[in-house]
Amino acid sequence: MTIATIDAVSAERVRGRGGGGPAPTRIVVAYGFWIFILSDIVMFSGLFAAYAVLSGNTAGGPTGSELFNLRNVFIETMCLLFSSYTCGLGALSAERRQQARFLVFAVLTFVLGAAFLFIEISEFAGMVSKGAGPSRSGFLSGFFTLVGMHGAHVTGGLVWLVYMVAQVIVKGLRPHVLRRLLCWSLFWHALDIIWIGVLTLVYLMGAG
Amino acid sequence: MVGDDRVFDDRTPGVEHEESTANVLSYTAGLALAILLTIASFVVSQTNLLWPPGIPVGLVVLAFAQIGVHLVFFLHLGSGSDNTNNILALAFGLLIVFLVITGSIWIIANLNANMM
Repeated sequence: MTIATIDAVSAERVRGRGGGGPAPTRIVVAYGFWIFILSDIVMFSGLFAAYAVLSGNTAGGPTGSELFNLRNVFIETMCLLFSSYTCGLGALSAERRQQARFLVFAVLTFVLGAAFLFIEISEFAGMVSKGAGPSRSGFLSGFFTLVGMHGAHVTGGLVWLVYMVAQVIVKGLRPHVLRRLLCWSLFWHALDIIWIGVLTLVYLMGAG
Repeated sequence: MVGDDRVFDDRTPGVEHEESTANVLSYTAGLALAILLTIASFVVSQTNLLWPPGIPVGLVVLAFAQIGVHLVFFLHLGSGSDNTNNILALAFGLLIVFLVITGSIWIIANLNANMM
């Protein structure tokens, strides 16, 4: 065997198991951020558990089937799904150093995320004005905490996106900007995964 | 540079090393599957297509399927050996999530039953 073959064989043996020398910064950064996302999901699991426990306790107040508008929820879901798609295409453009394309996809992602947030906030405002605010019942406390926390994450993601776009415009698609973009897109995809849980547990099971 | 060709390709979630066309294709396939599963969830919850007492189970199955689609097509977490670290972290996270949610529901349901 040539030295190159031996090298390839040993490298093959240690792939993904921490062997073969220190991993590139990009891998380390993304792995660390992946751990953060998983711990964020663990935090959400506490809120999901609280909602699941409290969802029957309406204290004589309105129930989910009286409050939820599934047409709006469907539009919200589509906004998030398509924003995940444009976020992915934007990440691809950034990898290929196509700055203009990246900016277009970033704007699309922002608009879709903002549309989601607008629908959610008007839903919350409508519920509060009907007297179904977070203090009305255990069910509504759990609802506003869980769905509101997801909404707060989306808001944070949008602010972060604006900040990333500013960095791309000022600094260009340099390696460290690309690493931050990678973290941002992981965050955005993870929000979509959490929304699937909210959609299923809160809206579809609650309205059925 | 020979050094750069060494297999330093532990994979990160969110990154695809395939051809660029396969990339766009992967996102598009993921989007199509996710939309199909979302529509299926809404249909199942709003009709009697499934046996009514089984609807929550059906919804949970559809939700897990869609989470799987997101992990594979959007976060690019596959089963390859280069993804071992990411998958192990995910498995641990899922274990904690499972313990917190089922544990809470189980304990509180038990307390409720005892309070009746």
